[in-house]
Amino acid sequence: MASQDVLREEPSRGSFINDPKIRGIFFQVLVVVLLVAGVWWIAHNVIDNLTRLRIASGFGFLKGRAGFDISESAIAYSSDSTYGRAILVGLLNTLIVAIVGIITATIIGFVIGIGRLSQNWLIRKICTVYVEVFRNIPPLLVIFFWYSGVLAVLPAPRDSYNLPFGSFLNQRGFYFPRAVWGDGSWLIFVALLVGIAMAWFVARKARQRQMATGQQFPVFWTSAALIVGLPLLAYALSGFPLSFDYPKQSTFNLTGGFQVRPEFLSLYLALSCYTAAFIAEIVRAGIRGVSAGQTEAAAALGLRSGSILRLVVVPQAMRIVIPPLTSQYLNLTKNSSLAIAIGYPDLTATAGTVLNQTGQAVEGVVIMMVIYLAISLLTSLVMNWFNAKMALVER
Amino acid sequence: MQEHDMSWVRTEMVLAQPAPAGVTGLGAWVRKNLIASTGDTILTIVGIALVAMILPQIINWAFINAVWTGPDRTVCATVAQGGIQPDGWTGACWAFVNAKFGQFMLGRYPIEERWRPILVAILFVALLVPMLIPKVPRKGLNAVLLFFVLPIVAFVLLVGGMFGLPHVETSLWGGLLVTLSLSFVGIAVSLPLGIVLALGRRSKMPIIKTLCVVFIETVRGIPLITVLFFASVMLPLFLPEGVSFDKFLRALIGVSLFAAAYMAEVVRGGLQAIPKGQYEGADSLGLGYWQKMYFIVMPQALKLVIPGIVNTFIGMFKDTSLVIIISMFDLLGIVKQNFSDANWATAQTARSGLIFAAFVFWLFCFGMSRYSMYTERRLDTGHKR
Repeated sequence: MASQDVLREEPSRGSFINDPKIRGIFFQVLVVVLLVAGVWWIAHNVIDNLTRLRIASGFGFLKGRAGFDISESAIAYSSDSTYGRAILVGLLNTLIVAIVGIITATIIGFVIGIGRLSQNWLIRKICTVYVEVFRNIPPLLVIFFWYSGVLAVLPAPRDSYNLPFGSFLNQRGFYFPRAVWGDGSWLIFVALLVGIAMAWFVARKARQRQMATGQQFPVFWTSAALIVGLPLLAYALSGFPLSFDYPKQSTFNLTGGFQVRPEFLSLYLALSCYTAAFIAEIVRAGIRGVSAGQTEAAAALGLRSGSILRLVVVPQAMRIVIPPLTSQYLNLTKNSSLAIAIGYPDLTATAGTVLNQTGQAVEGVVIMMVIYLAISLLTSLVMNWFNAKMALVER
Repeated sequence: MQEHDMSWVRTEMVLAQPAPAGVTGLGAWVRKNLIASTGDTILTIVGIALVAMILPQIINWAFINAVWTGPDRTVCATVAQGGIQPDGWTGACWAFVNAKFGQFMLGRYPIEERWRPILVAILFVALLVPMLIPKVPRKGLNAVLLFFVLPIVAFVLLVGGMFGLPHVETSLWGGLLVTLSLSFVGIAVSLPLGIVLALGRRSKMPIIKTLCVVFIETVRGIPLITVLFFASVMLPLFLPEGVSFDKFLRALIGVSLFAAAYMAEVVRGGLQAIPKGQYEGADSLGLGYWQKMYFIVMPQALKLVIPGIVNTFIGMFKDTSLVIIISMFDLLGIVKQNFSDANWATAQTARSGLIFAAFVFWLFCFGMSRYSMYTERRLDTGHKR
């Protein structure tokens, strides 16, 4: 040991120029100096330009009156609201389309992905065509296709398509009955929450009992009965407080009901279809990544094919699937910024309008970047937690 | 060999028997692949119903009812809409694509100067095709011509303003020309930049490492549109008064930086897959850092991540369509811009134009992904994990 230490302490370098340590320090100092100089130069130019254009810096502008309307808003908003609220509306719209899109894309993606591994030749081919088509065209094109190619050429409100459950489809979007919650409907929500809590509790107990005694308990049916039955019971007890506001056809437009505008609809459909193709590939790779030996061993233990899939294949496939799935969810959220191209008021669109009106380019872009980064980090955190939960527990 | 004369042992081989009936031929294939079980049969019927419902409609629309040539919107509109088609007609309006084809390819590039981008395209194909075919010799010379000489020649030809060629503003460029030049430059810049960033991220120097991590994670966390906004709104603020960038150049910088961050993560994946022994082996041979990377690590790492690299290329190719947001007109942008041409406004125009654009994008992306699969197989030397 001693001789090694001696060797390390006396490097036989010819010159200090060749010493990697000194070189490393030199390069880093050089980079820092260049960076500081660059930032200083840029800051100097920005200040110069801003004073020349007479733009006050700082985030005070967020309190100013917005003065523009937003077509879709989840919270109360008018043109008298502040810029800050306008950006908040945009953020909420981004989150809404992202969450709904992620759910739909996951469902379509899993169906198509499993379909690509089907024994059935026809189903396999249909799914392959779907994936190869959507993977190879830009998402923006898919959005335009839904928006100007499909939804814009639907009939005018007068000749709307009548769909089941009193809903309508026309140029101005998709109309469906709006639920009107009467007095006492809070009881239903409480019952739903209680049902979910009880189902969770039952599942936990059943697992403990199975671990201890090996006896199984019909968890699925019990939970389903609890989650559906309790709210139904509460609904009946509180005197049927739910009614529906159906959209009605008048001469030029539809009144009443809930309107989903074509901007939202095309963005949502396009993001779901596009991302689903990628999720399908991830799912396929995940299932194929579970070795055939696992399936065979499970079959040798006497499990039925449904149980093999549920207990052996899927849990292992999920470990492969989750990390890339996370990045697809992030991609979908980021792609929702394409909304600006068809006029859906998402974060980029509203922040862009604010930026144009106030001229606060630096602050506007910083707000956008910070919010998107925060969404990305949050999604990664949640998915990492889920991943850690699903990960292989080794001894 | 000793000859057997035992009478109970056969002296000649039994002839191969044909496979039993029922496991070969069309019937067996159908039984195995379409009607293996009740569920399978139901799926097949649903699938056939789906195909039978959609496919004839598509063929009808795209080929049988389609209009291929015509002077203006009347050929693609029904009588009620002021055209010549019978009421209830729906079909693709390829006449629109036909009439606007030049614009879709080159944008508003002046007609009398259009030979210049066409010449560049011919040169590009002439250099790219031998590059892609493994058997053609002189790859080194070819690469130098493609990645160093061609960009200069293309720049001179496309921009002009020297050697007697009239200057053409980049704001006049458009269509596939913009899409391809943005992607070509983006690919050529993002790969080396991504490699440098990936090496920086794995570097032992803390400051360099931090800078690379911050850059990569920031860019990957925000949408390309924000980056383009940044490039188009903030860059002018960053520069001294009077100095301004061409809009095309700004988009180029935005797209290349964006793709470089993704490329860096792909390359890092490859670097991580190389066993430590390779690095140590290179060290013990006395190679310096760059020699080690160039001769030992990179050739192995890049080979491992070819699919990822090509996926990033494909992603970037598709992402160039976003420049429409900062009002530049790539293929998709110019198609969309032409919807508002009153001369061609019909119910079918948007659909036909978008499907044409989708087909062009699809051809390029599908081609790239198939070529990458081919390269992967060709370079697979069995070391892949």
